[in-house]
Amino acid sequence: MNTDELIRVLAADAQPVPAHGIERRFALAVALGLAGAAALMLGVFGLRHDWGTVLALPMFWGKFALGGSLAALGLAVLLRLARPGMPWRRAARWLALPPAVVWALAGVALAGALPPERLPLLLGSTWRTCPFNIALLSLPALAALFWALRGAAPTRPAWAGAGAGLLAGALGVVAYALHCPEMAAPFIALWYLAGMALPTALGAALGPRLLRW
Amino acid sequence: METEERLRTWLVQGLAGDAGAYQCFLKALSAHVRAFLRRRLAQRPDDVEDLVQETLLAVHHQRHTYRPELPLTAWVHAIARYKLVDWLRARAAKEALTEPFDDADDAFFATADGEAATARRDLGRLLQALPDRQRLPIVHMKLEGLSVVETARLTGLSESAVKVGVHRGLKALAALVKRSAP
Repeated sequence: MNTDELIRVLAADAQPVPAHGIERRFALAVALGLAGAAALMLGVFGLRHDWGTVLALPMFWGKFALGGSLAALGLAVLLRLARPGMPWRRAARWLALPPAVVWALAGVALAGALPPERLPLLLGSTWRTCPFNIALLSLPALAALFWALRGAAPTRPAWAGAGAGLLAGALGVVAYALHCPEMAAPFIALWYLAGMALPTALGAALGPRLLRW
Repeated sequence: METEERLRTWLVQGLAGDAGAYQCFLKALSAHVRAFLRRRLAQRPDDVEDLVQETLLAVHHQRHTYRPELPLTAWVHAIARYKLVDWLRARAAKEALTEPFDDADDAFFATADGEAATARRDLGRLLQALPDRQRLPIVHMKLEGLSVVETARLTGLSESAVKVGVHRGLKALAALVKRSAP
């Protein structure tokens, strides 16, 4: 078949293409991922039992702000990575902002604490499990986002995989915040970010393998 | 810039379902893709048309990723470059397993520009692997001037079956191309 013949066949397949198909696919993936994370959190870990009192604490909402802002920024970057030729590096720089804020808060908390209090602020009582719990909760979103990316055309598969992992991790944080008893900024600055780094690294490793087109 | 605007208009019309405009777009695009690849594959001119066809298939199957506000050049260039890099990588992996080829010999036997529209890997041969309901519509539609209506009459399929056959057949063909890469 020569190229002109191929072009004729391709033109015969010119059905109208819905304008926001990709956005809809990613919205569905985020919804599925969040639902999966919430279901896993309820099934495996359970809600915090001190609901009523904790709602008044700013750090409770701070964890949502961290997960929520990284999820929103991550989604914006991922949608760019999903389309060939779309600039994404400038948008990706904003991803540094939420961690920078958390680290600043952690720095202030550590500076204001007495030396013997500092290590407990960093380690809390759940540092051994926290990152792995967040990574576990991120898995449904990671799978859903890879499905969404396979319906698009990422030309940088490792970066796209990392972006999917980071977004999945941020959604995992949102769900895990409903269970996690830790309230110190230094703990969150260390272990929540470690928890999001795990699916990010996994996504970067899987991207080149699973996102070829 | 003018060329880009004209191509963009055709593509946008094609995305709305206008087959005529879409064909104009693909035709003009193929010339640019061919020039782009020929510059980068000067040592392997015989493989250029394979990659032109692969790139066109990719453009077609990924056309939903184009946004009208995105420069067409950037989008097309990214797709062509991705396909080129993918091909070079597969090629390098294959050559690492077999004996290395001699660049000088290869360039010596290479024909310069001839037969722009003939690919080394014949898509027609890959087509043989598809079931009749996908293969026959494609075989007919590739002939100049045959419409969906005429293809339907010739194959005894309904018009929508012809369209579905072409659509699924192209998907399957792209998958075969990916697997048969180089």
